[in-house]
Amino acid sequence: MSDDGPAALKGGPLIDADLAARVLSRALAHGGDFAEIFAERTAGLTMAIDESRVESVQSGAGEGAGVRVLSGGTTYFAHVDGLDPADLERAASEAASALKADRAEPRPLQSASTSPLPIERPPGEVSAERKATLLRELDERGRAAGEEIAQFMASYAEIRREVTVANSDGLFAGDDRTRVRIGAQAVARRGDAVETGAETLGGHRGFELLEDDPGAVAESAARKALVLLDAGPAPAGSMPVVVGGGFGGVLFHEMTGHGLEADHVQKGASVYAGKLGEPVARSLLTAYDDGRMPGEWGSDAIDDEGTPTQKTLVIEEGRLTAFLYDGLTARRDAVASTGNGRRESFRHLPVPRMTNTYIAPGDVDPEAMIADVGQGFYAASFGGGQVDPATGDFVFGVSEGYLIEAGKVTRPCRGATLIGNCLEALAAIDAVGSDFEMKTGVCGKAGQKVPVGTGQGHVRIEALTVGGTEV
Amino acid sequence: MIDVARQAVEAAVAAGASDAEAYASEDRGREVRAHGGAVESLTAATKRGIGIRAWIGARAGYAYDTDLSAAGIATLGARAVELAWVADEDEFVAPPVPVRLSPDIGGKGAPELSDPSVGEWSTRDIAELTLRIEKATLATDRRVAAVEQAVYVDSAETVAIASSTGVDGEYRTSSCHAYVQALAKGDDGSETGFGFDLGRGPDGLDPEAIGAEGAERATAMIGAAKPASRSCPVVLDPTVAASFIAIVGRGLCASAVQRGRSPFAGRLDAAVAAEAFAIFDDGLDPAGPASAPIDGEGVPRRRTPLIEGGVLRGYLYDTYTARREGVASTGNASRSGYRSQPSVAPSNLLVEVGELSFDELLRAAGDGVLVTDVAGLHSGVNPVSGVFSVGATGRAIRAGELAEPLREFTIASDLVSMLGAVRACGAAARWVPFGGSVSTPPLLIETMTIAGS
Repeated sequence: MSDDGPAALKGGPLIDADLAARVLSRALAHGGDFAEIFAERTAGLTMAIDESRVESVQSGAGEGAGVRVLSGGTTYFAHVDGLDPADLERAASEAASALKADRAEPRPLQSASTSPLPIERPPGEVSAERKATLLRELDERGRAAGEEIAQFMASYAEIRREVTVANSDGLFAGDDRTRVRIGAQAVARRGDAVETGAETLGGHRGFELLEDDPGAVAESAARKALVLLDAGPAPAGSMPVVVGGGFGGVLFHEMTGHGLEADHVQKGASVYAGKLGEPVARSLLTAYDDGRMPGEWGSDAIDDEGTPTQKTLVIEEGRLTAFLYDGLTARRDAVASTGNGRRESFRHLPVPRMTNTYIAPGDVDPEAMIADVGQGFYAASFGGGQVDPATGDFVFGVSEGYLIEAGKVTRPCRGATLIGNCLEALAAIDAVGSDFEMKTGVCGKAGQKVPVGTGQGHVRIEALTVGGTEV
Repeated sequence: MIDVARQAVEAAVAAGASDAEAYASEDRGREVRAHGGAVESLTAATKRGIGIRAWIGARAGYAYDTDLSAAGIATLGARAVELAWVADEDEFVAPPVPVRLSPDIGGKGAPELSDPSVGEWSTRDIAELTLRIEKATLATDRRVAAVEQAVYVDSAETVAIASSTGVDGEYRTSSCHAYVQALAKGDDGSETGFGFDLGRGPDGLDPEAIGAEGAERATAMIGAAKPASRSCPVVLDPTVAASFIAIVGRGLCASAVQRGRSPFAGRLDAAVAAEAFAIFDDGLDPAGPASAPIDGEGVPRRRTPLIEGGVLRGYLYDTYTARREGVASTGNASRSGYRSQPSVAPSNLLVEVGELSFDELLRAAGDGVLVTDVAGLHSGVNPVSGVFSVGATGRAIRAGELAEPLREFTIASDLVSMLGAVRACGAAARWVPFGGSVSTPPLLIETMTIAGS
């Protein structure tokens, strides 16, 4: 093992092993069970097109580090902007300042052998002008989708995030992550009716992500807005609901995924607490959290505590099989971390978070699934959702919804919301489609936003409350 | 910080900018999280950085970094200039120019926004305060089984803005807030309740009141059931009203209006709300969490009437949107720190209070629903049309009195119809700092659609 850090890191570690060791030693100067330094360097570029003009061209760079010390049940944390050695040592002293015990000794650092996930074309090597041209192409495609497209906006974002983690257990690991994402939003207008449609494409990938047909994102956003111009009010009441593939997976993310995060479980603030090994869904449902899916938005080689990411089976044929752990919650349950310790930046403490969460494909043809429904609702796509893990109550905004009448998808509906309770709704899933798609999302928890992937094929829920205006 | 900002302006101009502006900030903050009678985490934070806006004629670019060294600032200035060349020309893009306000709209200057108690309270003091909140929550009602988390957050910030057009200002603010999420256990599951308070410093917080609010909200929900779907009068409590008002505020921003993305576009001087409803933006309110002497591009904050007697009186502007209409900026260029370039946003939104006490509002509602929490606002509201459908919890109102708790229903309407249906505003307003900075009383809405069972 070399002393100058994780060999696999192209640019080398952000802080060398000697400095990391000094910081850890200082962090444990007044005792503690565990100390960690997390150093980070980010470089990003964002721009947008609006009114057919490229604007808001912005580059952001930053570096900094967070030092944490665990002692008993308490976490002491200090973070600083910049990677100046004196600042890092000061942060370590600050984190340790409230402790009063005898010095603890960190273990010697051992460089980890993990490699960053590969990308093909670093976006930093593509000119900013090329990205502006891409936005102009999206604008053209979006506006060409129909005469009723009154407004069109698109955005481009790239970010490279290099991290180095060292801890008193001797871990010394690093990662180099590049993500690219585009988004499109269209506004369609017919007389007084105004509707919006949105679409995104993103991945833990380089500029190669956008080499296929990025214009399809613009067209999809425009199509959604145009469809809604013909929409009527959404129904209100309880009925069978078919949820579309891809971003439909946000339903599972919200109603189950958050409740599997070990911090909620340990506080008794999850409806899934105490249900490990028990059936929570019908046997047709199997689901995973997978932080290693190639190129996916929620993937990383290691989590933000240096633990290699993994594929975790969370529901096996309806039975709850695992919770999602970071280091702290794993320590409490005397299990191994599942590589779900994620943080928005060095300014945040790691917490158990999902990576790419999905319902595995089933065996039902999506059309047959809809044909089986007499009267119901088809939620093709969501704007987002929210859940209270403690009560299990959730709510989802439907961005593209339709009535199902006599087994057929009929007129579009505006302003629908799906609302229900996790345990009931999960158990009410009575069909899982054979199709499959992953989509990108940005998940908020404890004031931190992290990129997550959500996925599934079409899924049917026997009965769910649709909150519309047509009583 | 002002020296760093001035230096950055020079760097960008030296790199070829026709004009430049720099925003530099330094922020020291703390956070305490308590759970189970112990401090769960204690955070000390130092944040500093700078953002440079560079203009080349009618193009603008923005770059930020945490590196405040002379070399770092020189590189950053050049980067901002480079990016300005990538943007398309826009005739209204121009740097802000310094202005002086007449005394009636805010020229008297800003109130004191920095509370010494933030610095005076030690880490131990704020840890004790957070633990007191948890204790108070548990002591309020034996049905409170646990506290999911009690949290205290404070920050003391210095902001400096300088520009090549003569903007040159620096100010300090401090703020703090604390909240608790209580868990109550009933026969059929858990209920959560949120309690909070805010101030410029920890001196201004009442830990017992925060705990009591969290506990009362959680226990009030025990045994909640789905209401029947119907249309009925609805009372929005201040936290819920604030969520909607924050969205209304975004629709009153000229950026949304000019691009046709607001339900309030083209309705100046028209009735957009019931006569009982009035709202204004005030960036200088002494109690306002978002108050500051100047906005994110150095233009003085002030008071701007938006809706009076139900009539739309004006919109909120930054320099860019003001130039598009040939009007003056209202000092509403907002930034969420050095990492964001300015965009139009409300500062503090205040709804004028009415005359009815909370109990009188309930009596006026007769039979209806009190909404105490909403979920899914970020996905459930169409900001362009104003149409919304969001998840809600609350209490039934029967014969003017609070009755059984309700959960798992949605309320649906559109923003303009909802404001048009405001029958009365409560007499007591409350500041809500989440998702915007809003002061509002409870609102009685004549009718809304409720979807439950």
